[in-house]
Amino acid sequence: MFASHLQPNLTPEGVERKANRVGYGEGLLEAGTRDERVVALCCDLTESTKTDAFAKAFPKRFVQVGVAEQNLASVASGMAAMGKIPFIASYATFSPGRNWEQIRTTIAYNNSNVKIVGAHAGISVGPDGATHQMTEDIAIMRAMPNMVVIAPADIHEARKVALAAAKYDGPVYFRLGRSDTPVVTTAASPFEIGKGEIMYTKNASHATSVGIVVTGSLLFNALMAAKELETQGIGATVLHLATIKPLDTEAVRALAEGHDALVTVEEHQKIGGLGSAVAEFLSEVRPTKIVRVGIDDVFGQSGEPDELVAHYGMDVPAIIAAATKALE
Amino acid sequence: MKYLTSTEVRTLELTANTIRQSIIEMLSEAGSGHTAGPLGMADIFTLLYFAILKHDPKNPEWEERDRLVLSNGHICPVLYATLAHAGYFSVDELLTLRKFGSRLQGHPHKEVLPGIETSSGPLGSGLSQAIGMALAERMDNPYSSKYFYCLTGDGELNEGQIWEAALLAGKEQLHNLIVIVDRNGIQIDGYTKDVMPLEPLAEKFAAFNFDVQEVDGHSMRALNDAIGKAQAVYSQPSLIIAHTIASKGVDVFERDFRWHGNPPGKGPEDRVAKGQQAAVALEKLRTLAGTIQAQDIS
Repeated sequence: MFASHLQPNLTPEGVERKANRVGYGEGLLEAGTRDERVVALCCDLTESTKTDAFAKAFPKRFVQVGVAEQNLASVASGMAAMGKIPFIASYATFSPGRNWEQIRTTIAYNNSNVKIVGAHAGISVGPDGATHQMTEDIAIMRAMPNMVVIAPADIHEARKVALAAAKYDGPVYFRLGRSDTPVVTTAASPFEIGKGEIMYTKNASHATSVGIVVTGSLLFNALMAAKELETQGIGATVLHLATIKPLDTEAVRALAEGHDALVTVEEHQKIGGLGSAVAEFLSEVRPTKIVRVGIDDVFGQSGEPDELVAHYGMDVPAIIAAATKALE
Repeated sequence: MKYLTSTEVRTLELTANTIRQSIIEMLSEAGSGHTAGPLGMADIFTLLYFAILKHDPKNPEWEERDRLVLSNGHICPVLYATLAHAGYFSVDELLTLRKFGSRLQGHPHKEVLPGIETSSGPLGSGLSQAIGMALAERMDNPYSSKYFYCLTGDGELNEGQIWEAALLAGKEQLHNLIVIVDRNGIQIDGYTKDVMPLEPLAEKFAAFNFDVQEVDGHSMRALNDAIGKAQAVYSQPSLIIAHTIASKGVDVFERDFRWHGNPPGKGPEDRVAKGQQAAVALEKLRTLAGTIQAQDIS
């Protein structure tokens, strides 16, 4: 059963599709309107990262850094040291990809109040190919002390993440996709940093059940897989962890205790991402059979978003297959 | 800018000498760390903290203070010694440098020690941070009288990020930004001219729209004049190339790149045996026998 606050038409034909970066742009503008300490910096990708609305509304609080991601991170650290709340936006392969050390030393180690926005994350970036498909960002960012790591599911959640990040005192990284992705949540759906949400609850009458932990834009696929599993007589619950770090350990543990096995789903390498985070935690407190859905230690390629997601094994059939395997 | 009297110059030079002695003592006690850069920059740090900066050692978070960003964090012994002698914390604490639990980390950590504006060590990012501070200040107060000083090494200028930052500083015409380059001509692997030549350095920064000056990095008067001139530049960021002598003040260590990353007791032995290095350095500094500067002292 879908959570009551979700969109009504959650079917492949009925679901609306919008880019979550648009939600980020709206959230940033709103955060900037509410708090004049909010500033934005961008590396020649202002329109593409949807920082443009803020830049137009608050030109004096916008800094165009040029194509210089290392400088971007450290300039923001300096601004935060003076009391600003900088949002820095680029493509995730460049920030935090290229400027990871600057983020580590000048933002995370300083516990600097900078929000790092990695656009064009995941394989669904599409035709640009592997250079622009960031599939390692969760791994490199969650290993960094002081850093919060978030992957919003859709346009509504991306807006809430931007607003919550502006209010949160400390470094935050969040990733955004490029393509239009299913709009699953609504303005009424809850979002809180560090808290997971059950988006689909299993039918308790089934004898076996699987818990699906998902982050980011694959939430819709996880929901469709859960619905299909239910028709096959397998109970399925979907826990959406928009925040990957800090991990909502309570929710993950409860899911493991309430189901026979788990599947994790993310548009990211299997190495070091959500699946790793869940496995690391559960292996110490409640060893659980987990099958991870994600990219299997390979680079992507050009293609349409949906065909890439299918080819690299993150579509609905792949999630169902993973659930079946987990329950073997 | 304030003119320095002969008495003030003499007092500053003696303070720098005291700071150099602390540097030798703390490095010797730590058993690791960098010697050449800290000794070479002692005069500049002394002038800044005892004659130039608006700051309050008893209130390190004072909002109206000037900001000093040390970009080449490895020369932190001179920063720590200067802060201690200026009154930020006790001089005794200097001997905890690089030890477990110390606030004096091997490279500076903003979160633990008062008076540190940023954590640094990985080279090349300090200029960007000073630019960020100056930009933030200008957003709030276009007529601010705060200055943002960034101290960099010369080997550090190999980093690409420095030039990304220089482009932005020039674009934004950050007149409150004053960069001082420690031009001692050495880096870990050798002389900068061999590792990665920088010249013509002044012309490079001028081409990035900086106002550039070159001064003797051991002359209090020349440095004071240069900083005063930099403060009077209103449409460009300023950069002062301070020509310094690596390990300045201890003649038997001077100009030798092998002292870049070694403490007294672990440096090259061709002039002083390892076991004697700290004692000889301290004796040279106490008697001024190891210094070729200080016309006002002599």
